[in-house]
Amino acid sequence: MGLTITQKILSAHCGGGEIEPGAFIMAEVDFLLANDITAPLAIKEFEAFGAQKVFDTSRIALVLDHFTPARDIESAQQCKLVRDFARKHNIRYLFQEGKGIEHALLPEEGLTLPGELIIGADSHTCTYGAVGAFSTGVGSTDAAFAMIEGKVWLKVPESIKFIYHGELNPWVSGKDLILYTIGDIGVNGAGYCAMELCGEVIEKLSMDSRFTMANMAIEAGAKNCVIEPDTVTAEYLKEVPAVEGRYGLNCKSDVDAVYKQVIEYDAAEIHPQVALPSSPANVKPASELSSINIDQVVIGSCTNGRIGDLRTAAEILKGNKVHEYVRLIIIPGTEKIYLRALREGLVETFIEAGGIVSPPTCGPCLGGHMGILAKGERVLATTNRNFVGRMGHPESEVYLCNPAVAAASAIKGEITHPEGIQRGSSLAL
Amino acid sequence: MITGKVHKFGDNINTDDIIPATYLVTTDEKELSKHCFETHSPGFNKKAEKGDVIAAGENFGCGSSREHAPRALKGLGISCVIAKSFARIFCRNAINIGLPIIECPDAADGMDEGNTVEIKFEEGMLYNKRTGDRYRFTPYPEFLHRIISAGGLMKYARRKAKNV
Repeated sequence: MGLTITQKILSAHCGGGEIEPGAFIMAEVDFLLANDITAPLAIKEFEAFGAQKVFDTSRIALVLDHFTPARDIESAQQCKLVRDFARKHNIRYLFQEGKGIEHALLPEEGLTLPGELIIGADSHTCTYGAVGAFSTGVGSTDAAFAMIEGKVWLKVPESIKFIYHGELNPWVSGKDLILYTIGDIGVNGAGYCAMELCGEVIEKLSMDSRFTMANMAIEAGAKNCVIEPDTVTAEYLKEVPAVEGRYGLNCKSDVDAVYKQVIEYDAAEIHPQVALPSSPANVKPASELSSINIDQVVIGSCTNGRIGDLRTAAEILKGNKVHEYVRLIIIPGTEKIYLRALREGLVETFIEAGGIVSPPTCGPCLGGHMGILAKGERVLATTNRNFVGRMGHPESEVYLCNPAVAAASAIKGEITHPEGIQRGSSLAL
Repeated sequence: MITGKVHKFGDNINTDDIIPATYLVTTDEKELSKHCFETHSPGFNKKAEKGDVIAAGENFGCGSSREHAPRALKGLGISCVIAKSFARIFCRNAINIGLPIIECPDAADGMDEGNTVEIKFEEGMLYNKRTGDRYRFTPYPEFLHRIISAGGLMKYARRKAKNV
């Protein structure tokens, strides 16, 4: 009986052999990460255990990205605790304030490779499935255990195969494909399962869009999301730095692999999507929404803060002005993305349009800082969650969309499909 | 055995409901518990008493990986969460920190706010003392049972280290 890519990667990390869905394994970890929120708790457990050293100083990343640059004294204390720990234990990958949002940053640094097993004390760790890794979010105690033992306990998931046929409609990106999918299967539609994405749409999809899709698999309850490495992946990997001792492994699912379910979509049916409050599954096509005024637009996050996202936003914003009632906040995902955006003139475009460009941070996405909402305010964001109070006051509202819809809506002052916005023209409102 | 008063919750309770992200600047369970369900159910931290039980719907604990969520519940003295289903990271976090959880859709449906429930883990039995209804639940698989019976993942690791 054939195996899925997820089964193959897990098997390769627990001594080989066939492993069946439902089996519990203790697997070797290639890389693990924690951030300024989850690492302090992991460090507390690490120290309470009395551990003297980490299993491997070059296989741990500690990323200070959530409440950074420190928003208050408590956040500063947490960052200091992580920094001190990293220095004490010679952790090679301590990424300090402003270096980037973990899930945009680690792939860019060559730290997430195909066929690897990566865990992170952050739910969006599923992002690295875009390069063909098995990657999944865990808790702080898992991170502490892995820092000591280099291992994680896992239940082998069943896989659901998603096949996307056809051609993408204009202004449709990975964000729309994944929102549409979550809208179809629900917030627990892939609960405990691996989502395997394939089909001609995925084959042609940019890495940026692939990262966006894998990133949001957790919003469908998935354990991991995986795209088989292909020529797009190979081209991408040529651009990232080589890391000593890290090689990756090219795995593919067998043709007779067993799936819990196979779900097929026709891309012709998928238009720019918006998730309405307060669930990522509460989706509607942007074109069906009218007169939804917005107070703020956020373009960024581990979901949509990559260079392709910023280019799309700039294409729409170029020569236009953000609506006088709207605050537009743009957050490049990493320092490198920020620099590229600067050199390509995108930052200038954003500022000239009336936007605010923030240093890389998770910031407003989780209601941390850098753009919190007041009571009754409404935000349209390219982020991943629109739960009640997620970005501020419990009576504020979060709508989710792709960068094109976000940019177009920032100009119009209400949620809109990008097709109505002319580049460089002042829009007839 | 646990006996506790039931607090009823619906489907898709996320970790932002359990503990809003803005309070994730401490690792102290007691401090976290002060803000438990603060925006979702204001006053919950005052209402909940040591030993109380949560009965919830589908996908309890969805959203972020923050272990602060089960820790806030633990800090409040919640002795067990019964749900129709759990989001997977919450599920593993609860197991890893030694917060008992039970997946039992019938019991989750059959419990109402204020009911008293008796839970016998060894027997896989839930008893609603108000209605007299009894519910069976599947005991944990052997692998998880070893972690849970040790009192969590780190205690399990310590026990293993001693045995080696």
